Amino acid sequence: MENLRFTKNHEWVRLEGNKGVVGISDYAQHAMGDVVFVELPELDAVFKQDDNIATIESVKAVSDVYSPVSGKVVEVNTDLEDEPAAINEDPYNKGWVFTLELEDASQLDSLMSSSEYEEFIKK
Amino acid sequence: MSENLKKTPLNQDHYDLGATMVDFGGWDMPVQYTGILDEHKAVREKCGLFDVSHMGEIWITGKDSTAFINYLVSSDISPMVGGQIKYGVLMMPTGKAVDDLLVYKYTDTKYLLVVNASNTDKDHSWILEQKGSFDVEIDNQSANMGEIAIQGPLAVSILQKLTETNLESIKYYYYTEGKVDGIDAIISRTGYTGEDGFEVYVAADKTSQVWNAILKAGAEDIIPCGLGARDTLRFEAKMPLYGHELSDKISPLETGLGKFVELDTKGDFIGKEALAKEKAEGRKRKIVGIEMVGRGVARDHFPVKKDGVLVGEITSGSYAPTLGKNLGLAIVPVELKIDDVVTVEIRGKDIEAKIVKTPFYKRG
Repeated sequence: MENLRFTKNHEWVRLEGNKGVVGISDYAQHAMGDVVFVELPELDAVFKQDDNIATIESVKAVSDVYSPVSGKVVEVNTDLEDEPAAINEDPYNKGWVFTLELEDASQLDSLMSSSEYEEFIKK
Repeated sequence: MSENLKKTPLNQDHYDLGATMVDFGGWDMPVQYTGILDEHKAVREKCGLFDVSHMGEIWITGKDSTAFINYLVSSDISPMVGGQIKYGVLMMPTGKAVDDLLVYKYTDTKYLLVVNASNTDKDHSWILEQKGSFDVEIDNQSANMGEIAIQGPLAVSILQKLTETNLESIKYYYYTEGKVDGIDAIISRTGYTGEDGFEVYVAADKTSQVWNAILKAGAEDIIPCGLGARDTLRFEAKMPLYGHELSDKISPLETGLGKFVELDTKGDFIGKEALAKEKAEGRKRKIVGIEMVGRGVARDHFPVKKDGVLVGEITSGSYAPTLGKNLGLAIVPVELKIDDVVTVEIRGKDIEAKIVKTPFYKRG
């Protein structure tokens, strides 16, 4: 948790070299309920920070995922196509959604630390 | 947020159970407790308990009750016997629907109408406006009555622990008056899940007692279920939801409720002329089942296309938990048939789907 940065839209990003692994927070998966479908971004697609990049659907709700930072999609978690419930069961590991090659790592500074995010969701 | 919303007599019980609450047509209602998939499965395999106290209860009494209700609804209630329940559509002159409802017959001069929660005030006003010279009293008792639905294969055995009424003797779409946990109740063998079960009506101030008694009696075999599972369950069983498969724009013939449009056996009723015309000319549209072939979940109002041409829209769409598929109900031209390939437009992309048989689920 300590090495994660969070957005106000409840995505998390974990820095690995010049790449960022992205998923949604435990709070978000809980609020959404049972995830039944994930629409992943295309490989090599380029997104700006805050662009709509993926869609996660629970039984009742459709939720957009926004890119926490700018970058190019270099990996997507295709396991989610068969096991979307991994987002509920393990949102910070098996439930990762995609990996971006970062355009500007300094954008991470604009995101919340895990303790800041904990405070944010209490409000 | 909940301050301006209407509350059922079980509102505090839902918070105590840790439910996720939502604004449902102006009501503060539980959408889920443990999770929609868990709750859905419980009803299919064991038992689930639903708070449906938001539903409206309107009593019709007086000399002309039978004739009056027959004038309001599409089905013929005149053959009904005391203790029987019949489904009907509250009609508009255009041949479309004000709402759908259940008619509970007591006697020729006393009936209970059970209507959809968010339509209760609209229905009550509509019914009052139609009264004319009919000799009837119309009494909206919605605020004073609670309603609990106990649904699933174990519903009979669990509820039987709390009542001396022989539940097995109540036939489907019949009711009886009895006691549940010592409280006066209407026990109705009806439901909105595609499973066996009961809907139990009790006084508002006794609803919490009965709710908790049923949960206790069911112990490990019952869980509270929210409106999320109620919707996925009724969807799989293709039970229409007003505002979706039936509405002020969709006629009961289009919905596939022809059996409840009884044009020949009774006299004039609201919407009869329009329905007779639609029937004579042949309906133009119908509600069908759709299964997604490509990846995507069909949702309400998504466009449905055939060979790239817009032909209709999804009326209800969801992941169907019992089937493990992404399914939809859609209103389309009557020419489309089973196995026809269509597409559903999902976020700007046309995703392949096919027309399939309904209901998606039928209990064995």
